[in-house]
Amino acid sequence: MNHSRHAQPYSNPYLTGVGLGLVLLASFVVMGRGLGASGAFANTAAGLAAATAPVRAQASPLFAGYLSADGGVWREWLIFEIVGVAIGGFASAFVAGRVKLAVERGPRMSLHARLVTAFGGGAVMGFGAVLARGCTSGQALTGGALLSVGSWLFMIGAFAAAYVAAPFLRRAWL
Amino acid sequence: MTAPLYEYGLFGSATGLVVALGIGAAFGWCLERAGMGSARKLAGQFYLTDLTVFKVMFSAIVTAMLGAFWLGRLGVLDLGRVYVPETYVVPQLVGGLVFGVGFAVGGLCPGTSCVAAVTGRGDGLALVAGMFAGVLATGFAFKPLAAFYASTPRGSFTIPQLTHLPYGLVVLAVVAMALGGFRAAELIEARQAARRIDR
Repeated sequence: MNHSRHAQPYSNPYLTGVGLGLVLLASFVVMGRGLGASGAFANTAAGLAAATAPVRAQASPLFAGYLSADGGVWREWLIFEIVGVAIGGFASAFVAGRVKLAVERGPRMSLHARLVTAFGGGAVMGFGAVLARGCTSGQALTGGALLSVGSWLFMIGAFAAAYVAAPFLRRAWL
Repeated sequence: MTAPLYEYGLFGSATGLVVALGIGAAFGWCLERAGMGSARKLAGQFYLTDLTVFKVMFSAIVTAMLGAFWLGRLGVLDLGRVYVPETYVVPQLVGGLVFGVGFAVGGLCPGTSCVAAVTGRGDGLALVAGMFAGVLATGFAFKPLAAFYASTPRGSFTIPQLTHLPYGLVVLAVVAMALGGFRAAELIEARQAARRIDR
């Protein structure tokens, strides 16, 4: 699986960004909605919670909302979309020789510490994304392009907090 | 008006799920092409060594924003039928602050962590697991948060509605801001590169 010797460099960020914007625009035109990622996590969590602890899942106002969706919790657009993201992301990396088994971390970070901070960072983001009703995809990109006030507040808040936190995390990345 | 196609009944929800797979695949492809599946590259944004995140995000936002504006103006896309994420002022601002800390710690966001995980990055997989655990725990402990979660609702609320400025003028301002940001990003990266060579 080691294609790293032949790995192609990444594409131009502006051109790729325009491509990403056209995908988002296509989603508006075809579906009347934008992209998302954290929503797929929330839906899957609600579905698994209902399968393993149905009473407690229904008692959660958050999960109950997802569980009452038309067609059931698993027939959710965002779940199919995120499966597509995995397929497309893998395909792109595969043809560019960028599929590589590795743990990306700063030069001073141990493997174990990196896995712990990745898990912890993910958990914190999960909490934040629930409060904000979305993440960088559903709020920043989608709501950003539609000029939603709440989405811009989310985006400004997220980047501001990341820049405030970053100097305390230099050991992790630099 | 002929679009959004789904909203105008051109196809049903089952076909919509197939469309979701296709749109998702194109989304994932673009993220990986740009290097957004790499945590170190993303973290560079917060230390101003690699501003790819800003460049990709704002190129995408400006493209989709201009496309939606012009297709709406030309009468092709009915913007009233495009779902605008609803605004909840305080929870979204607080959620954003919390999210940003997690982003700086983890180095990937929910969408990019999926790309990182499927391209073999163990940190991406750990972040996907953490994200899932965080959402699950928040869901089970949601009762005391429910009132805050539903507070300061403004419904579908856009910057033109907030500022009473014309839609086109806000679009123009965002484009100008993005172009200024791109110029600044190039200058910052050039300065960082020069500093590295000096060492």
